Formats: sequence, C-alpha cells, structure tokens
Amino acid sequence: MSNYVISQIKRDHLMNLLAEGRREDGRQLDEIRKITVETGIIESAEGSARIRLGNTDVIAGVKVIPGAPYMDAPGDGVLTTGAELIPLAHESFEPGPPSEEAIELARVVDRGIRESGMIDVKQLCIKEGEEIWMVFIDIYALDYDGNLFDASNLAAVCALKTAIVPWKQYGKSKVEGDKVTEMDDVPMPVTCLPISVTECKIGNDLIVDPNFDEEAISTARLTITTDNNGNFRAMQKGGKGSITRGDLSLCLDRAVEIGKQIREIIG
Amino acid sequence: MSGHTDMVLVNDEGIRIDGRRVDEKRPIRIEAGVLKNADGSCYLEIGKNKVLCAVYGPRECRPRHLQDPTKAIIQCKYNMQAYSVNDRKRPGTDRRSVEISKLIAEALSSVVQLELYPRASIDVYVEILQANAGTRCAGLTAASVALADAGIPMRDVVPAIACGKADGNVLLDLNKEEDNYGQADVPLAIVPSTDEIVLLQMDGNMTREEFEHGLDMAFKAAHEVNEIQKDALRRRYTEISKKEGDSDE
Repeated sequence: MSNYVISQIKRDHLMNLLAEGRREDGRQLDEIRKITVETGIIESAEGSARIRLGNTDVIAGVKVIPGAPYMDAPGDGVLTTGAELIPLAHESFEPGPPSEEAIELARVVDRGIRESGMIDVKQLCIKEGEEIWMVFIDIYALDYDGNLFDASNLAAVCALKTAIVPWKQYGKSKVEGDKVTEMDDVPMPVTCLPISVTECKIGNDLIVDPNFDEEAISTARLTITTDNNGNFRAMQKGGKGSITRGDLSLCLDRAVEIGKQIREIIG
Repeated sequence: MSGHTDMVLVNDEGIRIDGRRVDEKRPIRIEAGVLKNADGSCYLEIGKNKVLCAVYGPRECRPRHLQDPTKAIIQCKYNMQAYSVNDRKRPGTDRRSVEISKLIAEALSSVVQLELYPRASIDVYVEILQANAGTRCAGLTAASVALADAGIPMRDVVPAIACGKADGNVLLDLNKEEDNYGQADVPLAIVPSTDEIVLLQMDGNMTREEFEHGLDMAFKAAHEVNEIQKDALRRRYTEISKKEGDSDE
C-alpha cells in the first residue's frame, strides 16, 4: 500500500494545498468522506455489510460455526478476523498469501472489536468446555482509495451488528448443567460499537480519513478505536515516520469526536 | 487482557505481585556485541524476558524486487523460539510475528539514515529466547543497540517500554500476569532527542486521563532505558579499544 510511487507534481500539488489548509477533494483536514452502508447482502453469511467510504469499497462477511473452545476459556465463543487485499481492488495488490499489510489490517480491526468487548462471547457458549460458536469475520477490499482501516472496521462492525447466531439452523440447544434450552436463531450479542478513526501525517499536518494519494505521500499513520463512552480501546501507529505527543493529543480528540459522528451515521 | 483472575495484581499499598511500585520498570540488562558472525548484535534482559538480536548489513537486498533505488530498506524478522513460552510455540511465522516485525522495522526506519545506502537491505533478526510480556519493546530496544553496534549511522538510539492498566491502576512495564489479566497494554517507542513517537499500540480500555498518565510514565522510563542502551554501547567500545590497545603493545 505504502510503496506505491506517486509523481512529484502530484505530491507538490497536495503539499501546496495542505499548506493553505486545503485538500484536493475539498474536505476539511478533520472531515471524513461520505459513508454508505448496505447490510444483509450475502445470504450465505450469518451477517454481511458493504461499506463505501468515498471511493473506498469494502465488504465484510460473518460466518458463525460450532466449534471447540480454547482450553483457557471453556465457556467463551471465539472471534477470528481475516482480511485480504485482492488484486481486483487495486493495481498494487498482488495475488498470494496475505501480505503484511493485510495481516496488520486484520489485526487492528480485530483488536478494536475484541478489546471493546463488542461481542459478548459468554453468550456464544453451547456447552461449556465442549462446544461454542466460532465467529469468523472476513474482510475483502473491493475498491481501494485509501483508509482501508476505517472502512474495514465499519464493514466488520456493521456485519456483526446485523449477524445472527444460527442455533436453530444447526439444531443446537444451550446446555447448562442438566438444563437444556431449545434455541431459536438469535441476533449476535452486541454490547457496543467500536469505531476506529485513522489519520495520516503529511508534513506537519494530520488529516482524517486519507484517500489513496494522501496515504501515498504520508509519513505516518495512526488509528484510534473508541467505544460508545469515548474511552480508548485500541491504537496502532504505522508508517516509517514519527508523530509528536501533540499530534497524538489532537488525534485522540478527533477520534472521540468523529467516532461519535460515525456512530450516529451507522446507528 | 481478556482473562480473569482472583489474583490481586496491585495491593492496597500500590505494590505489584513482583514487588514493584506502579511506576517502576523491571530490571534491565543490555550487552552489545555478543555474536561473532553478525555485523552488530545485542542481548537484552528485562525482567524474565530474554532477547537476542542480530543485524546484518547494509548488504544486497534480497528478494531483489524489494530494493529501493533511493535508499536502504530495513527488513525485520521477529521470532519467538519454541521453548520461550509455557505452551510450546509452534515454530514459524504467525500473524502476530508478521505484525510485530513490520512495526519494529518501521520504528527503526525513522532513525536509521537509510538514504546513505541505496538498494541495500539492513536485516534485523529479533529472537525471543524467553517471553514474559513486553517482548516487542524488548526486541526493539535490543535492535536499536545492535544497529549501533553494527556501526550503522542513526539519528538516535530508540528505547521502547510499555505502560498499561491492571486492577484499575495505571502501571509501567507490565509483566505476564498483568498483561494477561489487566485492562490495557500500551507499547511505546520514542526518539529520545526529540521525544517523537515511532511505535505506539494500545489495546484494552483506558480513559483519556489514564492514557495520558501512562504515557507520562512511559516517556520518562523510555529515557531511562535509553541511558542503559548508551551505557551498553559505551562498555562495548571501551572493550574494543582496550583490546586494540593491548595488541599494539
């Protein structure tokens, strides 16, 4: 993603605009692109969402399958997040096993969902120590115009928010000691909406929701995930440049503010 | 972060299970130049973590398609050895180690003067011999010393340390139990001469106040770690000059 060559003329143009506090698409430095959300688009998945963040287009699907619990958490459901940057989405994406960019992307999205406790994994227990629900979140980029982190976070959150746990479909009953409860398919137990806000550093400026060109000329990236209370749940700095403590402070303020805006959009 | 325990991680007097205060880091030992073949190397212990790092290069970049005609690239491999944790770690790269390798390489790229070596690669190998929470910070701290030991021009030597939260207390440098059963972990690496942040991650649950408080502790501790790094390098070079002095006589 970050190694793409961008022309000097384009770079100068973007830098000159930024020097006047402007961006090529007319946005404010702290303004996100338009978000559109479609959910329930894949019938074979237990939950799905397609997010457009400007021209960045990402799809996430949730599969929920019975499986064995981890030994150290015998009564907890299991979450797994994967991401693929498929060649369909951009000329810089290559076929093959997940790149380090794709792995980082999946892990940052995973961290936000996991650490915020978005999914109440206790409710994903079928029989303690024997069987639980495994929730697989798989994210595919379809069109890449920057900021896959936030687009993927949104797609995953929206897919989970609308997902079901297919008790009935798999003929599973909840077993608690001697008590066996027949179950209907139920909505995914969602407790909050973790929202990530990603900023890029270009020169001395920090811009929210960078597009492809902005990302390509940036030196550092910072993703901050907040929960409904505005507490911080996950962060990740990326890129070969550095940020100052002042930069960080600005990003923290913006992540809370913009997280709130986005939560209102996706409801 | 997700685990639960009845263990008291921080007692009423503010003392942690390993006897440390909340703002106290674990004992650190750093030695530079511990391997023969590598161009630079470092052994580091922080608490029960044991880390070995080797630097090779600048040398021809392989695979060739990764070459940058304008500057060198840093390639890092962070690897946990099979016996480094309680359960055996299955050898080979997993997603966690890919991510950590990427972050360490990026953090180092911001201080190494890469433009001096077009097309070259500087290869950094971080091996975790024993893990007890905080291995990415330990690995990056060791890698900076190994790069300096290799004589590679750098703007500064990067120290890394984590802060976090356990039993509702903001803590410096979490140990294994605090990492497993605590509420937050924030690894941080800085450029000491400018206080720029070159590595930052966070997971868990922190308010703005807790986070800022943790960062204050981590910044202060990072400067202390940097002194230990510099001391290790000084000892290494006194040793070299002493040896050379002996052979002159």
